[in-house]
Amino acid sequence: MTKQPILEAEHLCIDYRLGNQWVNAIRDVSLTIGAGEIHGLVGESGSGKSTLALALMRYLAPNARVSQGDIRLDGVSLLSKSRPEMERIWGRDLCLVPQDPLAALNPAYTVGEQIAEVTRQHQGLSKSEAWSGAVAMLEKVRISDAKAVAQKYPHQLSGGMQQRVVIAMALNTRPRLLILDEPTTALDVTTQAVILDLFRELLHEHQAAALYVSHDLGVIREMCQRMTVLYCGEVMASAPVAGVYQRPIHPYTIGLLASIPRVEIGASNTRLPTIPGTAPSLAQRGQGCVFAPRCPVALDRCYTEKPELETIIHERMVKCHRWGEIDARTLPVDYKDFLAESKEPFFNAKRQSGTEAKQDVPEETPEYVLKAQRVSKTFGGRSLLKRLLMQPDSRVQAVKDVSVNVRRYSTLGLVGESGSGKTTLARCIVGLETADEGRMTLLDAALPPALTDRPAALKREIQMVFQNPSDTLNPYQTIGQMLRRTLERLGAASSPGNVEKRIAELLAAVRLSDDYVNRFPNELSGGEKQRVALARAFAASPALVVADEPTSALDVSVQAVILNLLKDLRAREGASYLFISHDLRAVSYLADWLIVMYQGQIMEEGTTEHVYSIPSHPYTEALISAIPSTDPLEQNKHIRLIAEPNQSTERSGCPFAGRCPRQIGRICEDEAPPWREAGDDHRIRCHIPLDELKKLQSNGTPVQAALDKVVPA
Amino acid sequence: MTGYIIRRVLLLGLTLLVTSALVFALTQIVPGDVARLILGRDASPEQIATFKAQFGLDVSPPQQYVNWLGRFIVGDWGRSFTGGNLPVRPLVLERLGNSMRLALMTLLLSVPLAVFLGMIAALRENTWIDGLVSIGSLAVVGLPEFVTALVLINGLALGVRELGLPSTSMVPNNTLEDWVRQLILPALTATFVLLGYIARLTRAGVLEELKKPYVRMATLKGLPRRVVIVKHVLRNALLPTITVIAISFGWLIGGLVVIETVFNYPGLGSLLVEAVKQKNLFLMQAIVMLVVTIYALANLAADLLYGVLNPRIRLG
Repeated sequence: MTKQPILEAEHLCIDYRLGNQWVNAIRDVSLTIGAGEIHGLVGESGSGKSTLALALMRYLAPNARVSQGDIRLDGVSLLSKSRPEMERIWGRDLCLVPQDPLAALNPAYTVGEQIAEVTRQHQGLSKSEAWSGAVAMLEKVRISDAKAVAQKYPHQLSGGMQQRVVIAMALNTRPRLLILDEPTTALDVTTQAVILDLFRELLHEHQAAALYVSHDLGVIREMCQRMTVLYCGEVMASAPVAGVYQRPIHPYTIGLLASIPRVEIGASNTRLPTIPGTAPSLAQRGQGCVFAPRCPVALDRCYTEKPELETIIHERMVKCHRWGEIDARTLPVDYKDFLAESKEPFFNAKRQSGTEAKQDVPEETPEYVLKAQRVSKTFGGRSLLKRLLMQPDSRVQAVKDVSVNVRRYSTLGLVGESGSGKTTLARCIVGLETADEGRMTLLDAALPPALTDRPAALKREIQMVFQNPSDTLNPYQTIGQMLRRTLERLGAASSPGNVEKRIAELLAAVRLSDDYVNRFPNELSGGEKQRVALARAFAASPALVVADEPTSALDVSVQAVILNLLKDLRAREGASYLFISHDLRAVSYLADWLIVMYQGQIMEEGTTEHVYSIPSHPYTEALISAIPSTDPLEQNKHIRLIAEPNQSTERSGCPFAGRCPRQIGRICEDEAPPWREAGDDHRIRCHIPLDELKKLQSNGTPVQAALDKVVPA
Repeated sequence: MTGYIIRRVLLLGLTLLVTSALVFALTQIVPGDVARLILGRDASPEQIATFKAQFGLDVSPPQQYVNWLGRFIVGDWGRSFTGGNLPVRPLVLERLGNSMRLALMTLLLSVPLAVFLGMIAALRENTWIDGLVSIGSLAVVGLPEFVTALVLINGLALGVRELGLPSTSMVPNNTLEDWVRQLILPALTATFVLLGYIARLTRAGVLEELKKPYVRMATLKGLPRRVVIVKHVLRNALLPTITVIAISFGWLIGGLVVIETVFNYPGLGSLLVEAVKQKNLFLMQAIVMLVVTIYALANLAADLLYGVLNPRIRLG
């Protein structure tokens, strides 16, 4: 018995109109998804995965068209449908779960209304029927107190809750096919893990088919049965998930998997393999294999002759001339760090006279670049009027009595979920926020909390790299103007000639060629922009660079490049890092010392090695276990933090108590946990004695089931 | 929200207090002695002293301000210097009523039309419809009011007599129909001034909202285009328009001097010009205070409405 697949796309081609001509964007893509199946669609930004996903819903940009092929839902072609017919299918049989739930929800209506309007439209329900249906759906996505949540507006909900609302909206009509467009990319790993469980369960229950679009190979491995790898609008490989991770065959897949940093102990001396070059724009694809220019095993033939998508065995397809050799393991596909091979000269403006490497820095330099003692920061205040009206206290203590020391030439990693205070702490150190309390010193000189009180020399020593380089580069300045201005403002170069020389050095240091001087940011890719941001941060040879999620907005292959660069720059410029990330894989690659923060407090600190191995704080344990792994041998522990953190100012006990899967009793809620020393300055703040914690974590004792439902924050 | 309203109302009070001082100061620095100007060059010192005593002008300026403000608040707005020394208040309030009617009529005509045109232009971006709306509305805004007014008088009142639109407001108006007829041409003239502005703002607002992911989401929920536009897009796109409408309302109340003059319409604007010419102090002060109050109230109403329509402000 062959079951009718729910979605079939056959030889689908999509074109875009650029000026007066049509450019082919999606080329000959075929996909089938059966009932209950989750199909992964992987690709980097610009690969066309979102275009394809939306096109499968027959939703195209005004300047796009389907030039070839067919899309069938339950055997019926969608391409012949009129717009009103599509309106009856959208939201009923074919639903979208979008990437950014806050942006996808209308800010002016309650979430209940936005869920209810779907059934009012498609099933002709009355207002009250649709509303109670919406509340029931919210309960189904495990929101406790669904009635109250339905009355809320999108901005009043946390990211995880917003995502649940969007899922409820999509499943409200029991659709046949769901398109999940990077639905958890904007979430914390812990929230992501919970949402992924929910997807799996609900999709199974509804027997709906789903297309899961993601750039995160770990998520795809956890979620999907089959996956398709898209590169430059073409399918590179399509196969059952298990096989791909065990034995990837396509060189591109191999490269993607290799460039993901692993949570590995002692990995900090290695370099990440990277895929050389950048993806070509759609208009400049050659006649050969689209991946050939970046492929380490490409032959001459690969440049001239396009490979076919061939079936290897049972549903496993690959588009590569050399798959036979790779599959037979006679042809190793090795990616190195291609940037490391570059031989461009590099020297440091500040220390260029005589000395060349950081090891030669004079002995008297202090051991710690930065010492921050007992820093606290509270946001919001209570005005007289608020007190008169007896409005609730809206103050949030973002950072609570935190001490951090950054050792010279090392990297301090700061991890935690959003709302953990890690960014606020960093901003206090840089001076973008003024700490309420605490004492900071930089290179043994007192560092005043307010930026305006800091002497120029100190300001120069701390620089920051932000998450989104597109937002931090002035679109109206060329890269050269930008670096020149930075150098001049920071007084980092003595003469105009030195400025030009330094700019050239900086560009070389971030492996950008000289002609980038005259380019504007919009001519650069995301990774290149971040490299410019790095060059700018290093312009004045700072002692401390604070990097706030510098790779979170980037693809894995680009992330690898940036992480390698950060490593190089640290060594060559003699800087130290405060590296903030929610991605524990990226942090582990760079950091020597880790601090785990939760709700403004430090829960655990120690060397990266110690923090990642047991015993660790139950919160750290949960963070690590929530990372979707790409390692086929790794068994996920699946610790799920169900409740979401709530921000309250006064609580006497452990801040993690409400969510802790290893909570031992009232003591956790009532008393502040003690610091427990695990040796080598590795410290854990927990009521559970370390021996016991170690025992619990080593024999894999299943964690106690926490609350079943989410409590709205 | 309660705290917000209270804060805004307190701020409104403060604004009015500051304006009252400014208004008073302005009337003080008008060159020339008021009493002499009113009574003529031949008035004797005794006559002038009597005049000053009668109108309370014989005390120090700060004292005059306090007296005036105190009386103004309790509703005694003083008497006119001219025309039989009638109390100012009934005269001003009558004119205010007229101005209100004209302003409301104008908004009734201009807002729906402008929003409609702006929306159409946005939905048909870069087509000839868009071009027509954008260029047309700009062309109309550029015309001086008296030109539009004269064109309308010639075209509609005199050209198409069947419409029965009076070209002047100096006709008896007993019925509602008369009222409306009388308002149409001046309101239409003011509409032309506002139209382009509001239409362009709406167009920009709709275009910006159309780009947002929630519009795509609403479409992919299977909602018909009409629902997506009216329920989802317009609701958010019109938020900035509200503020502009409020500011326009203030202008409609006190600033329609030209239109009121051309149509002989007895509004507040022309009365103010009259009062300034006559150095009719209390009349001037009363009108300016009133116009400022209405401006401030309209803005407060707009801000509150903005808050009601925008949950992000209302619920923080």
